[in-house]
Amino acid sequence: MKLHNILTTAVAALGLATAAMAQDKTKVGFIYVGPIGDGGWTYEHDKARLAVEEHFGDKVETIYQESVPEGTDAERAITQMALQGADLIFTTSFGFMDPTVAAAKKFPNVKFEHATGYKTAPNLSTYSARFYEGRAIQGHIAGRMTESNTIGYIASYPIPEVIRGINSAFIHARKANPDVQFKIIWAYTWFDPAKEADAAQALIEQGADVILQHTDSTAPQAAAEKAGDVITFGQASDMAEYKPMPRVSSIIDNWAPYYIARTQAVIDGTWESQQVWHGIGEGMVGIGEITDAVPDDVKAEALALKDAIASGDYHPFTGPLKKQDGSDWLSESEVADDGTLLGMDFYVEGLTGEIPQ
Amino acid sequence: MDLGAIDPALLLASLMVAATPLLLAAVGELVVERAGVLNLGVEGMMITGAICGFIVAVQSGSPLLGMAAAAAGGAGLSMLFALLTQFALANQVASGLSLTLFGLGLSALMGQGYQGVKPPPFPRLDVALLSDLPLVGPVLLSHDLMVYFGLIICAVVWAMLKYTRAGLILRAVGENHDAAHALGYNVVGIRILAIMFGGACAGLGGAYISLIRVPQWTEGMTAGIGWIALALVVFASWKPGRVLLGAYLFGGVSVIQLNLQAAGVAIPVEYLAMSPYLITILVLVIMSADRSRAPGSLGRPFHAPS
Repeated sequence: MKLHNILTTAVAALGLATAAMAQDKTKVGFIYVGPIGDGGWTYEHDKARLAVEEHFGDKVETIYQESVPEGTDAERAITQMALQGADLIFTTSFGFMDPTVAAAKKFPNVKFEHATGYKTAPNLSTYSARFYEGRAIQGHIAGRMTESNTIGYIASYPIPEVIRGINSAFIHARKANPDVQFKIIWAYTWFDPAKEADAAQALIEQGADVILQHTDSTAPQAAAEKAGDVITFGQASDMAEYKPMPRVSSIIDNWAPYYIARTQAVIDGTWESQQVWHGIGEGMVGIGEITDAVPDDVKAEALALKDAIASGDYHPFTGPLKKQDGSDWLSESEVADDGTLLGMDFYVEGLTGEIPQ
Repeated sequence: MDLGAIDPALLLASLMVAATPLLLAAVGELVVERAGVLNLGVEGMMITGAICGFIVAVQSGSPLLGMAAAAAGGAGLSMLFALLTQFALANQVASGLSLTLFGLGLSALMGQGYQGVKPPPFPRLDVALLSDLPLVGPVLLSHDLMVYFGLIICAVVWAMLKYTRAGLILRAVGENHDAAHALGYNVVGIRILAIMFGGACAGLGGAYISLIRVPQWTEGMTAGIGWIALALVVFASWKPGRVLLGAYLFGGVSVIQLNLQAAGVAIPVEYLAMSPYLITILVLVIMSADRSRAPGSLGRPFHAPS
């Protein structure tokens, strides 16, 4: 009897001890759409994960799963992560939206953060970056530098995020050079180096001397380098290994400050559901070094544009702007509201072709 | 719409480039399956070959040495499969799937530090004067050597299976391993050779992507081509000629659809994007309406009665 009591107490104590230890460490999970080594999108998310580990040291443990396919299978991966005891889970691709919503319903005590989506819940936040601000600067450089007046654009999926990027780049390319034409290829993938290389090749063969990409690998950079006289921009990551040509600048996603802040909020118990959309001004979107391959005056204009956007003096979607069908969208000096931008499903005037439905 | 922007010569040239990794991997798997073994690890062997070839090409500065290393890497990984299925008599489907998972992980590990590294350029065929001919030059005579190698290997496999004694034995082993064994052929030995050949071809196909087509190393860069090669072998009814046709169709339609998109053709992009799969399957299914069928012993384990 006595022995039994001792044992029970010991077990209870042990249980309390492990529970206390588990509470000490906050577990943060990450679901990635591609491999960490893609050199682009997922690479930057993982860099931010490592920044979280470094910032919090022993207080936080991070786990991740890479190359999770978008769609229903993602729910299994998220659920598994929640069952592993994650307190906070970042799902880092648009296609994880509905699986994240479903998982958030199943685990009300776990906090979820979904990148680039628009559905929230009491324990589900969304966060995204205003990449279109960076696209405006790319568009300007592209418009000024193209000699064939043909700019190739490798798009991924027809979602508002991608369409916004195309529109923003096109508006500013046209402003810099009224003769510019865009050729757009929908690759229907975020990551497929061989296909991205083929798409870049097809665009170059059809006369494009600037390639913009919304896919995650560095393959289009390599294709442009092979072709010679073609310029590109780093996507999601700096892609500095292709400096100074073909990569003349880049959009860099900087998630680390956000991930650290949200992890801190979970530790402090102050986490609340929110919708965050930060741009160049807040530092979530970075513009990589503009190389010497860009003429000095173009570089100065691009940097001035960057400063104007960062300070809020200029919004990339400022009227007068018309939609592709010629109908009015924004009147003189009117600025697009976030709601329209988040759901953008139309091209602006001047773009050719149709958006796949 | 601007169809004039598409240069047919350049299009045909990039079609052959797009088809080559698929052709190499599929021809290798065809030999394996004709020997009665189902190796689902093509994707894993391709990606392993891709990184082995990449590392050796970068370190030695010789892309041809890289190709040799890719073949060795793919064949080496396939030996693991041979060990599991031919000696331990493990289930071929499960072993093949795990080979793919293992290959993806192994290649990611080996590739640490090789992201963003540029491989040495691959030599191209350059026949004096002839390579400058219009149309014929760019389409037929100015490719990298591996494009021709893929065609040659396909022709050799076809001739071997059809006309040689070795091919006959290989087919016998695949059709009925008990009968082949009774005739005194070393079923396990022949199958191991076939598996190695398949691994080497898959490795070459992978290295073609990392050294020539893209050219760079990125984790998971084969992105499912190994699975398409597997499907292609089935739809091609285990015939080398049809594998060649299927690979060129698939590669061709993939490239053409990208070009049509860039030219702004008014076909909805969804249809263009699915067209390579659709057209390839359709053509090969119609062709296999004859009485071709899978090798009789495909996927069945063989244990020599003693």
